[in-house]
Amino acid sequence: MRELLRLPATEIAAAVAKGDLSAVEVTRVHLDRIAGVDGEVAAFLHVDAAGALAAARSIDEQRTKGEPLGPLAGVPIAIKDVLTTRGVPTTCGSRILDGWRPPYDATVVRKVRAAGLIPLGKANMDEFAMGSSTENSAFRPTRNPWDLTRIPGGSSGGSAAAVAAFEAPLALGTDTGGSIRQPAAVCGLVGAKPTYGGVSRYGLVAFSSSLDQAGPLTRTVLDAALLHEAIAGHDPLDSTSIDTPVPSLAAEVGRDVAGMRVGVVRELSGEGYQPEVEERFREAVALLGDLDAEIVEVSCPHFAYALPAYYLIAPSEASSNLARFDGMRYGLRAGDDGVASAEEVMSRTRAAGFGAEVKRRIMIGTYALSSGYYEAYYGQAQKVRTLIARDFDAAYQQVDVLVSPTTPTTAFPLGERVDDPMAMYLADLCTIPANLAGVPSMSLPCGLADGLPVGFQIMAPALADDRMYRVAGALEAELDARRGHPLLDEVPAL
Amino acid sequence: MTLLADFTDAVARYEAVIGLETHVELGTTSKMFCGCATEFGAPPNTQVCPTCLGLPGSLPVINENAILFAVRIGLALHSSIADWCRFARKNYFYPDMPKNFQISQYDEPLCVGGHLDVEVDGQTHRVGITRVHLEEDTGKSLHVGGATGRIHGATHSLVDYNRAGIPLVEIVTEPEIRSPEVARAYVVELRELMVALGVSDARMEQGSLRCDANVSLRQHGESRLGTRSETKNLNSLRSVERAVRYEISRQAARLDAGGRVVQETRHYDEGTGTTSGGRTKEESTDYRYFPEPDLTPLALSADYVAAVRYDLPELPAQRRARMAEKFGFSPLDLEQMRNGGVLDRVEETIAAGAPPAEARAWWLNDLARRAAEAGREPAELAITGPDVARVIGMVAAGTLTSALARQVVDGVLAGEGPPDEVVATRGLAVVRDESALGAAVDEAIAANPDVADKVRGGKLPAVGALVGAVMKATKGQADAQAVRALLLERLGQG
Repeated sequence: MRELLRLPATEIAAAVAKGDLSAVEVTRVHLDRIAGVDGEVAAFLHVDAAGALAAARSIDEQRTKGEPLGPLAGVPIAIKDVLTTRGVPTTCGSRILDGWRPPYDATVVRKVRAAGLIPLGKANMDEFAMGSSTENSAFRPTRNPWDLTRIPGGSSGGSAAAVAAFEAPLALGTDTGGSIRQPAAVCGLVGAKPTYGGVSRYGLVAFSSSLDQAGPLTRTVLDAALLHEAIAGHDPLDSTSIDTPVPSLAAEVGRDVAGMRVGVVRELSGEGYQPEVEERFREAVALLGDLDAEIVEVSCPHFAYALPAYYLIAPSEASSNLARFDGMRYGLRAGDDGVASAEEVMSRTRAAGFGAEVKRRIMIGTYALSSGYYEAYYGQAQKVRTLIARDFDAAYQQVDVLVSPTTPTTAFPLGERVDDPMAMYLADLCTIPANLAGVPSMSLPCGLADGLPVGFQIMAPALADDRMYRVAGALEAELDARRGHPLLDEVPAL
Repeated sequence: MTLLADFTDAVARYEAVIGLETHVELGTTSKMFCGCATEFGAPPNTQVCPTCLGLPGSLPVINENAILFAVRIGLALHSSIADWCRFARKNYFYPDMPKNFQISQYDEPLCVGGHLDVEVDGQTHRVGITRVHLEEDTGKSLHVGGATGRIHGATHSLVDYNRAGIPLVEIVTEPEIRSPEVARAYVVELRELMVALGVSDARMEQGSLRCDANVSLRQHGESRLGTRSETKNLNSLRSVERAVRYEISRQAARLDAGGRVVQETRHYDEGTGTTSGGRTKEESTDYRYFPEPDLTPLALSADYVAAVRYDLPELPAQRRARMAEKFGFSPLDLEQMRNGGVLDRVEETIAAGAPPAEARAWWLNDLARRAAEAGREPAELAITGPDVARVIGMVAAGTLTSALARQVVDGVLAGEGPPDEVVATRGLAVVRDESALGAAVDEAIAANPDVADKVRGGKLPAVGALVGAVMKATKGQADAQAVRALLLERLGQG
């Protein structure tokens, strides 16, 4: 049983396709695992056992009928609760969406269903994806399976913890400033943020529309590539989705990196970085050198301004995106005593329904967009964004991919940064530039520091998502070979 | 009690400066940003989807036809069409705004500049256009339980989102209108333009064309603008003219008394013909406009704009010029026909062979009266231009008298078929049979010996009574002139 739970998704799918395992059996094993450990991990906000088993039966029927199954068919998956699921509660980790059951599936959810994946339920997250520890969930914090006293990262902390705790082989997360890559890094997983526009945002409840992207959280680079392929592609329902063919990513895993030019970003190191994290990172870079990649140091001078620019742009968009939560049409309605005006009910609902971090960002964003301040804040931040994009352009003139640590530190203890938003924001220092420029980026584990996973970040030019999978695949293979086993085998038993 | 100045005195002392903002609902079959139907009068909340309800996760997609229609409008108004423009979010909270922001355009509208020529009493006024932009309509609130139907005093409100997301263009004029008459004529001309362009039915009574009027006063010769009021949602031509008149009188009285005009939004009451104060601009909302991140910028190619220009139909002003030249209509004729809404019908009638003057006379007099009796527009009558031309032709050929012609029209309007069929079934042709007519004449003379004697004695007007008797006997199918001649001949007065 332990073996099945620890299998990569590709191997589960292969066993289901061959008839060695039934999808129902696979699903039951995972539902049992959730029942067994999620009380401690708190990765899920809602488990849809009936829906999962029904989906699994349908896969088994397809197999019996001899219908072709996709490369991930029959594999259970955890869905971040920011993605709408038809008829299944979707809260975004917020009280304000209490009781809402969306009438439609997000495009990525529709696509994972079409690929034969089996949604197990909705994964915990920081409220409206605002946070780096999942402690901003209105319901409960999620714990890191490597050390239950530590944060699983965020905002896709539930998705990451579910995969690291073997509750689900795969998960969907979303990444606005690092919300897939940072949890992947601190939970020892592979996580990818696709090129902006590569994956549809339809049904992804918007935090910051110009930055949000959904992507995979998995145990292996190949699993990530396959899940990424399954959810990618143009969607006529999302105007910002790019009309290009789905990239071929899985085919890149297993190619060598000889002759590839790898740029180490000078600005993403030094003060504030845990020495062991930098050490694991440098060792991984050296491994790429051993594999005949050309290692170059590059400078991206404007990355220093990424964090402040992000904390103006994202809250500005959020202040507008979250305006719709007013108690008029769905979710929580507070203070409707039959006397209060609609405006008062809206105000009471928002006061009662949003948590402190969400309110903080709504206030920052409202201020940054207000007349008289717009140019100084939102306008300036947009200019910084352009400069960061130019830094990337210039860097990609010299190199094929850029690399850095994914996050300056390993998982920090629960509660350590909850009262210090600035410290919390620093967790996304390395991941934010890729969101601002819309370029693809991923994280894979490159070892442990004091028993906790360290993430290695790879960034590629827009629409060159394939390049990062090539590098990640080669690095993963080399690291696993030298270690003799996948890193996740070292997760303490729950 | 609001103090009012006499209107004539007011405009003698002050120059009125009027600018109009007109919202036109476009007649696209689907909404601005989703595929929902736009049919007027559907049961509440039946033409809605996640996008126009603003459900979490939904996204807008631009309706191409709305762009096409807006470009047509811009070209017809001689605006320049932007080769790059963006949508923006206008943020404010209101229960009938599903997202609590409206997707509109702000500093980067689709069409900039232009003008519309307006004729009043044969004089042409050029009204400058500032901009034309696209936006989405809001839902409609129904306030229940109060006496007025307005929100004040209501116990609760119902919201119908069928209208939410219907495409609107906002057409803004320069403050160049100087009188209520020109303001009204501008709306008449604009409405006709919308219909001619096929972009809207422009029905003010259904709210598909509505107007806000900005009015200020200044001393004659002064170049600076005075403080303006903005009177909202004028939904009839009469309201536009009366509201502007009222505002001129109201503001003049204020200024006369040494007071100042408050910059504010005002509400017009159709019943009393007065405006009342609302929100003052000092306490007005900061809309926190910023570029809509869910939509990509709109970049229309020169080829696209040229193709739209090429396909533009004949515009009302061009048409009037052509009809004046070709058919000899005077400006007054054209204004009357336009105001009566019968230009199309008159032109069809002329095309079917009728002389222009008679076609005009039929539609403006007889048919206009019948339409008024039926409470409809002349163009809605169940009679075609060719039908009217046929009737005119039969009168000219002498087969119908004008009295008979009216009976034929009655028949056509009653659905008895085209004119020839009505003539046949009702037996309405002029009696030309001399012997039949002679017999009727003889009978009339025999039946009225006293009258006959008077005529014989030289009292010629008395013959009228005998003509009447003959006409009655022939059921009006005789030519009265011929009957009169025959009677006089028989009575020795021929």
